[in-house]
Amino acid sequence: MSALDNTNTFEPVIIGFTCNWCSYRAADLAGTSRIKYPPNVRLIRVMCSGRIDPTFVLKALSDGADGVMIAGCHPGECHYLEQNYKALRRHRLLQKTLAQFGIEPARVRLTWASAAEGALFAQEIATMVDEVKQLGPLNWPARPVPVGSVPAEIPVLSEVGA
Amino acid sequence: MAGQELIEQDIHEQQLTRVVVAACSPHLHEKTFRGVCERSGMNPYLSEMASIREHVAWVHTDKVAATAKAKAIVSGTVERVLKNDPLEAIRVPIDAQTLVVGGGIAGIQAALEVAEAGYDVYLIEREASLGGHMAQFDKTFPTLDCAACILTPKMASAGAHPKVHLFTWSEVEKVEGFVGNYTVTVKKKPRYVDEDICTGCGICVEKCPVLVVDDKFEAGIGYRKAIYWPFAQAVPNLPVLDTETCTYYIGGKGGCRACEKFCPTVPNSIKFDQKEERVTLKVGNIILATGWDLFNARRIPQYGYGRLANVFTNLELERMCNAAGPTGGKVVLRDGQTAPKRVGIVHCVGSRDRNYNRHCSAICCMQSLKTAHLVKERTGAEVYNFYIDIRTPGKEYDEFYQRVLDDGVHFVRGKVAEISDIPFDPAEASRNGAGTLYIQVEDTLAGMQRRIPVDMVVLAAGLEPRRDSSEVGKTFGIACSSNGWFIEKHAKMDPIATMTEGVFVAGCAGGPKDIPASVSQGSAAAARVLNYIRQGELALEPVRASVLEERCSGCRICNGLCPFNAISFIEERKVTEINAALCQGCGTCVAACPAGAIQGTGFSNEQLFAQIEGLLRDVNRSHEPEVV
Repeated sequence: MSALDNTNTFEPVIIGFTCNWCSYRAADLAGTSRIKYPPNVRLIRVMCSGRIDPTFVLKALSDGADGVMIAGCHPGECHYLEQNYKALRRHRLLQKTLAQFGIEPARVRLTWASAAEGALFAQEIATMVDEVKQLGPLNWPARPVPVGSVPAEIPVLSEVGA
Repeated sequence: MAGQELIEQDIHEQQLTRVVVAACSPHLHEKTFRGVCERSGMNPYLSEMASIREHVAWVHTDKVAATAKAKAIVSGTVERVLKNDPLEAIRVPIDAQTLVVGGGIAGIQAALEVAEAGYDVYLIEREASLGGHMAQFDKTFPTLDCAACILTPKMASAGAHPKVHLFTWSEVEKVEGFVGNYTVTVKKKPRYVDEDICTGCGICVEKCPVLVVDDKFEAGIGYRKAIYWPFAQAVPNLPVLDTETCTYYIGGKGGCRACEKFCPTVPNSIKFDQKEERVTLKVGNIILATGWDLFNARRIPQYGYGRLANVFTNLELERMCNAAGPTGGKVVLRDGQTAPKRVGIVHCVGSRDRNYNRHCSAICCMQSLKTAHLVKERTGAEVYNFYIDIRTPGKEYDEFYQRVLDDGVHFVRGKVAEISDIPFDPAEASRNGAGTLYIQVEDTLAGMQRRIPVDMVVLAAGLEPRRDSSEVGKTFGIACSSNGWFIEKHAKMDPIATMTEGVFVAGCAGGPKDIPASVSQGSAAAARVLNYIRQGELALEPVRASVLEERCSGCRICNGLCPFNAISFIEERKVTEINAALCQGCGTCVAACPAGAIQGTGFSNEQLFAQIEGLLRDVNRSHEPEVV
């Protein structure tokens, strides 16, 4: 096992921003359905994914979170008609900014879950926890940006469900 | 002592200024504990819930990690609640006048319920008469009472009710305002008949020499004049002039003007130069009962509708079965006289089909069973129903299915592949005679391909959302689902309300429904409206955005973000303003404001930053000395 391989011991802390109507209720449903998922994600409820200011994400990362999940209603199903599209656009821009900070885009994940999708939401959390485990601790902003390590790959819109 | 009493006692004894309840999801008991605080003299918005049951206890197995997470959630909620401001619910007065859009059975029912309670209703109908699709039907399943017999008395009551103000041949053009206080602009299309003078004697219709195919009410199998009533029992009893066929407008030289010549009223009721009018109405609540459109059967070319003469739609059959219809109630082929000896009825045309619509249209099984019964009764023909599944979940519905089975109607389980007028070989042609239609189908019960010769085919075309439903939704500030039906606030627990307060949906505008369900929804929508009217004012959640004017730079970045039109720009002061009653509290503009000038009440930046800090207290290393 190399010194960098800490996937067995590292437990990331992830902040999850969820909207009041779909994704927070998906988490509620996962609970009432007793679906099990890793305990690494701590949820914050906002009324809409459109409320998520990119500074919230940066604040969470600088305060010790290893990743941030943003979850809204599915495109076309937003409780506020179309505000999740605004979240989608901001996420795209944020990904570019994060890359410039040397933060891997996979640490800030945008996902959709309807109030009926408790199982899907639990699955999304499990997947993200696995991915962040692979990336290792963030330690930002203390972590120096290694030269040439800026991630080149940023997901295109079609991959994030737009 | 119960938990709630303990909290009350603590608030009093410890002089508490904030309360955090670490228990279940706020969606379950936020109201309960806010109530506890309010009873104890605390502002209810100074309490918060930390969900450690749904989000921790029930979903994690590692007890140590789960406990750490629960502690973090409580810590975040405590930090957050410290930043909570005392809030007051927003109170808005409710105008007692109501707008009902759509004069079909759901809209009529809603309008009558509100009017009977003593409040004014404006009933807007796009067509020239009330009645909607139900007026076109012959019999209604499963009781087979005639549609007109049960509908026209309701239409007449709505037309005559002093509290129902009818606007037919009219459309809603613009809606401004918010719950309790809507301003609605209605466009009255010109009828070219003066509604204050016309007595509805019908001489103009009789004298009009222009006969055109009536593709609306008679579904294309009957005729009407250029000046016409939509149908005999039209409410209001006023004709309407069709400028696309009237010789006055298309004939040149001033046209025949027979209607004007023979009109017996003084002054003359015919007004060739009548113009569009705009009427402004003030209402407190809006009920949308805009109904549905029939699936266009031409979209399935292999079924031959529009190409093969004797392929009909269910709506054409309704008109044909009707004693007042174009054939006087006789079921005949397109030639207008031959009774069919073999009739095929194809279910699920454009419904439950991934190429067209995935939804079940809910009524076509019963309608097709009814058609089968009526055709059998009137012609004695052999009747074949081709179905995927028979869906008869309603009172006395399955009993009716049993009755149609007893009638001797044949049922073939399978989706029809093709309807063709070309025989397989000369032997098939001579066996079945000219003009035979061949229905090719896989009989999934017999496990074989079948080819059934018939004289007439009836396609059970499904229900679709109105073609303009997304524009109508935008006008009223409500959303359509991806397939085009209006979205209700909650599919199960609140199927009448929408996300826009004061806008309700009834009938098929929200999805396919039969007549009893549409009537029930009309009544239910009226009950919701009457509830608001009786309350006189409504308390809205104070989760709203507001602009700190001294911080607003007038950049207008937020202006285009609000789908509820709550944000407006004040030119004189060069600042943006948010209408609290229109604002739904999503907070998108709060996040967008580069100057931090927009405050999100209930979800402020301060609250959310505090919550993030609290949630990460156990892992935050930023305050530790940096080790180099």
